[in-house]
Amino acid sequence: MQDARRWDDRYARGDGLPPLAGLPVAVKDNMCTTDFPTTCGSRILGRWMSPYDATVVARLREAGAIVIGKTNLDEFAMGSSTENSAFGPTRNPWDQGRVPGGSSGGSAAAVAASFVPLALGSDTGGSIRQPAGFCGIVGLKPTYGRVSRYGLVAFASSLDQIGPMAGTVADAALLLQVLAGRDPRDSTSADVPVPDYAKALNGTVRGLRIGLAREAFGEGLQPAVRTAVTQAAEVLKGQGAEVIEVAMPTIAYALPTYYLLATSEASSNLARYDGVQYGLRVPSTDLYGMYTKTRREGFGAEVKRRIMLGTYALSAGYYEGFFLKAQRVRTLVRRDFLQAFERVDLVLMPTSPTVPFRFGEKVDDPLQMYLADVYTIPVNLAGLPGISIPCGFADGLPVGLQLIGRSFEEETVLRAAHAYEQATEWHTRRPPLDGDGGGRGGTTQPRGRA
Amino acid sequence: MSIDRATVDHVARLARLDLSEEERERFTRQLAALLEYFATLQQLDTEGVEPTSHVVNITNVTRDDTPRPGLPRGAVLAGAPEHEDGFFKVPPVIETETPP
Repeated sequence: MQDARRWDDRYARGDGLPPLAGLPVAVKDNMCTTDFPTTCGSRILGRWMSPYDATVVARLREAGAIVIGKTNLDEFAMGSSTENSAFGPTRNPWDQGRVPGGSSGGSAAAVAASFVPLALGSDTGGSIRQPAGFCGIVGLKPTYGRVSRYGLVAFASSLDQIGPMAGTVADAALLLQVLAGRDPRDSTSADVPVPDYAKALNGTVRGLRIGLAREAFGEGLQPAVRTAVTQAAEVLKGQGAEVIEVAMPTIAYALPTYYLLATSEASSNLARYDGVQYGLRVPSTDLYGMYTKTRREGFGAEVKRRIMLGTYALSAGYYEGFFLKAQRVRTLVRRDFLQAFERVDLVLMPTSPTVPFRFGEKVDDPLQMYLADVYTIPVNLAGLPGISIPCGFADGLPVGLQLIGRSFEEETVLRAAHAYEQATEWHTRRPPLDGDGGGRGGTTQPRGRA
Repeated sequence: MSIDRATVDHVARLARLDLSEEERERFTRQLAALLEYFATLQQLDTEGVEPTSHVVNITNVTRDDTPRPGLPRGAVLAGAPEHEDGFFKVPPVIETETPP
C-alpha cells in the first residue's frame, strides 16, 4: 500500500511514471523473490527465502509494479491441473469443482478472478497457455530466449520460459515489454532487439496468412472445443486473414518426445534438492540416507514419477533408444513448424483438447493428464512463441484459442490475438464468483484494464 | 518395453529416492505403461536426423572477466538446514556414501 501511495503522490506531482507504476502483479512461486518465500509448491523447499530476486522480478520492480504475492502451482511446475501442489489445489473461478489448469494455475485463477490485472507464469510444456485457456484469460509463452530465466527455478532448462498472463492482449503486451530482453545472467537469453509491442497492436489481420494445423483437429478433441476454435478461425478470415490448412505430421509424436526430454532434464535439475543447501533435511547417520530420506519426504508423487522416468531415460542402456531418439524427433517437430512457416505467418490450433476437467479426474492416470498438453507441447519443443486467448465457452467453461508464431515474432502473435479480441467479447466475461457484487448474472461486465 | 521391480529399484537408487512399498508397486505399473506409449517414437524414421538439445544456436557465451560481488554468504547460508563456520554442514561422507 505504501508503494501504491508513493506512486499516487508522484503522479499527483505530475512526474513521469514507469510503465507498471503501482500495478499489483502476482508471481508464480517458482520465481525467486527476496520478500516472499519461494516454495515451488514443494515441501522440499519449505519456506525457503531466496537471497536474490529473479531478473523478471527485478524488472517488475524497476517498472514500478508491486509484487503483491506468489501464486500456487503444480510442484516444480510439473502438472496440468495445479493439483500437485503441497499446499493443496487452486480452484477454477468459472467452476470451483474443476481445475484451473496448470502448472501456472494460481496465476491464471488470480487474473480470472480479478485479484490482479497481471501475473507471471512459466511454460515448459503449456503451463502458461493451458491454464490461461482453462480460466478464460490471455497467456503468452514467448520465444525461448526472449525472457531471462535467471531466478526461475529450473524444471527443464531447454524448454522453460517465463511469460505474461493478463486479462487482455494489450495488457499482456505491456507486461512482455517489461520482461523481454537480454540478461547477462542468463546465457540462453537472446541478444535480439526488443520491439515496441504496443505498436504492433494495429487492430487488423489483413495480409496475414494463418495455418490451421490439420493434425490438431483430429481424434481426442472435444466437439465443443473444435466448434469454438473453428469459429474463431472464421472470425479471423472475416477480418481479412487468409486461412489455409497446413500439415504437421510429426506433432502427434511431440507428447512422448516431450515427456522423455523434460523428465530427463528435470531428473538432473532436481538433483540439487538433497537436504544440503535449501529447505528440508531429514536427518540420517550417513549421507546416502540423508539424501534418500529427504527426497522421499520432500517430493510429491508426480515429481518422483518424473524423476524416475527421466533417470531411466538417461541411464545406461536406454539413453540411445529413449533420450537421443527423442532429441532427433524434436528436430522433426521443429521442422514441421518451419515448413508451415514457409506458407503461413501463424499456426492456429486449440490450446487444449478439452474444457477444464474435474478434480481427481486424471490425477492417478499420468498419461491422461499429459494429454491435456498435447497441443501446447510441440511449441516448447520448437522454441516458438504461442499465445492462448479466450475464444468462447462450452457448457459455461472457457475455451482457449492458440496462435503460434515464428521465432521472436511475438509482435505478429500479439497483433492477430488483439485483432481477434477487438472483434469478439469473450475476454470481457468474468466468472460468477460468490460474493461478487455483480452476482451470477453479471458475467459480461468488462474486466478492469491495467 | 518391459520394466520390472528390479529396474525400478535400480533407477530409484540412481535418483537417490527411497520409495515406499506402495510407490515401488505403483511406479513399476505406471512407468511400464508410459514407456510402452513412448515406444511409439520408434515408428518414426530418424536416420540421419540431427538431435536437437537446444533451439537457440549459441555456443560459448562469454563475458569479460571482471570481479564483481557474489551473493552475501549469510543470506545464502540462512536457507540451509545446517551450517557452521560459513560452510554447509553434512553428515560424515567418507565411510558411507556407497548405497547399501
